[in-house]
Amino acid sequence: MTITVNPPVAATAPAYGEQDLLRRSASSVPAPGRQLEAVSKLIDVSKCIGCKACQSACLEWNNLKEEIGVNTGTYQNPHDLTPNTWTLMKFTEWVNPQTDNLEWLIRKDGCMHCADPGCLKACPSPGAIVQYTNGIVDFDREKCIGCGYCVKGCPFNIPRISNVTHKAYKCSLCSDRVAVGQGPACAKACPTKAIVFGTKEQMKAHADKRIADLKSRGFDKAGLYDPPGVGGTHVMYVLHHADQPSLYAGLPDNPRISPIVEAWKGVTKYAGFAVIGLAAAFGFVHHLVAGPNKVTEHDEEEAARLTEGRSP
Amino acid sequence: MSDAIRPAPETPEPRVTVRRYSALTRINHWTLAGSFVLLTLSGMALFHPSLFWLSTFFGGGPTLRWLHPVFGCVLIVAWLFMFLRFAWANLPERTDWVWMTKVRDVLSGREENLPEVGKYNAGQKLVFWSFALLVPALFLTGLVIWDQYFYDWTTIPQKRVAVLAHALLAIGMITVWIVHAYAAIWVQGTIQAMTRGYVTGGWAWRHHRKWLRDLVSGRKRTPPATPAE
Repeated sequence: MTITVNPPVAATAPAYGEQDLLRRSASSVPAPGRQLEAVSKLIDVSKCIGCKACQSACLEWNNLKEEIGVNTGTYQNPHDLTPNTWTLMKFTEWVNPQTDNLEWLIRKDGCMHCADPGCLKACPSPGAIVQYTNGIVDFDREKCIGCGYCVKGCPFNIPRISNVTHKAYKCSLCSDRVAVGQGPACAKACPTKAIVFGTKEQMKAHADKRIADLKSRGFDKAGLYDPPGVGGTHVMYVLHHADQPSLYAGLPDNPRISPIVEAWKGVTKYAGFAVIGLAAAFGFVHHLVAGPNKVTEHDEEEAARLTEGRSP
Repeated sequence: MSDAIRPAPETPEPRVTVRRYSALTRINHWTLAGSFVLLTLSGMALFHPSLFWLSTFFGGGPTLRWLHPVFGCVLIVAWLFMFLRFAWANLPERTDWVWMTKVRDVLSGREENLPEVGKYNAGQKLVFWSFALLVPALFLTGLVIWDQYFYDWTTIPQKRVAVLAHALLAIGMITVWIVHAYAAIWVQGTIQAMTRGYVTGGWAWRHHRKWLRDLVSGRKRTPPATPAE
């Protein structure tokens, strides 16, 4: 796991770039010459103490500033993800009906870095959303047009459009840090190691140990959240109630790209061109066969007769 | 001389011209048409990646994203104006059903087999009512996905339905527009009704005989239009 390694003092060239794109929005990419090792962030909600160090680290590293908000009776601040808050501790108070215990469920919300990203599928601007072969899904603000299609494509309700810059924002998994061998800022800042980062295989192995530990403590439904509906994610959770992900501030139980979005970005495109093309082709063929519908001399004469005396 | 060679038919000299559209109507129509073309080109840029290059003509992606709904607002105002002024002239009549059953005669231009037509034939009325329904539907679904001002009005699942519906409605709109534009080209002498405001007497006799008869007899079916003095 890379998060414990201190950054090198000398400048480091990024380990991956444009040539390692697996997908690029509204465009195609050449097959990448190599497959980067899949990375993942693992968030163990059972170890989270809700300190928000991750939130601060995210703001710090990404040079973001959040407005001062208002207290609405929860620790959650701001109340939702915003263009400046790419990760947010979401607090849920839940009474476990089996134990009658009040459980304080804290989940760090943010981009899940889906293997099948709905945002990228929905994006109409070539290259505004990219996916690297290591699994990171990143936004390129230079190419973003601010249309909000990514918001509609995302199964997790993550991207936010700024009403100041009119661009989309979300967690980049600290792609810039990962490219030089560092873990994400949130993982580095986490005081309890509830957030860890490494290869996806390492993270799954680490999760297995944590789940075994949780099960030994009576959380027999503990498990890993790596939803198959979106091809798995490169941000995974260890949940003590993995059978009910939605307990954790509405984490989707079975996330997938909405079938409406699939239809919009799939069959509609081709059917649309087909219908428009057929209409145009009909007109073309009809003109070839029937020719123009012309007014004859006879028509003019009849009109003149009808209007006799009423026009010059 | 072979059968294939025939003397060219004489170009009919119009002896009568008939005013069909006032200047106000023409301005109204071309405002509608211009905003429709801009909406189509900018919308197609977002509809399919292969057409994203069209965004160049609108100052790039972000400007296009901003402009498209503005064009939409222009169109809805022009549409409302046209709808209120022309809906009455497009109400269905019994002869419209006869006209529609004779689609073969319509397509082959054998208008002598069709009932006499008033200001608009059944095909034109269909185009009118298609536009009349498509435009507000496109406007409303467009508002739902106009995130800059109306993001908070709807939920994300509602926006998904709206964005799909907007695309489908736009395809319908473009298809009806192709019918509309092609019919204007096919039926010669039609375009000048919307460019110059008048048609020839022969055109009116051939395509809208009842309209012409009403104008001549002074019956008030078509209020402002009278034969040219």
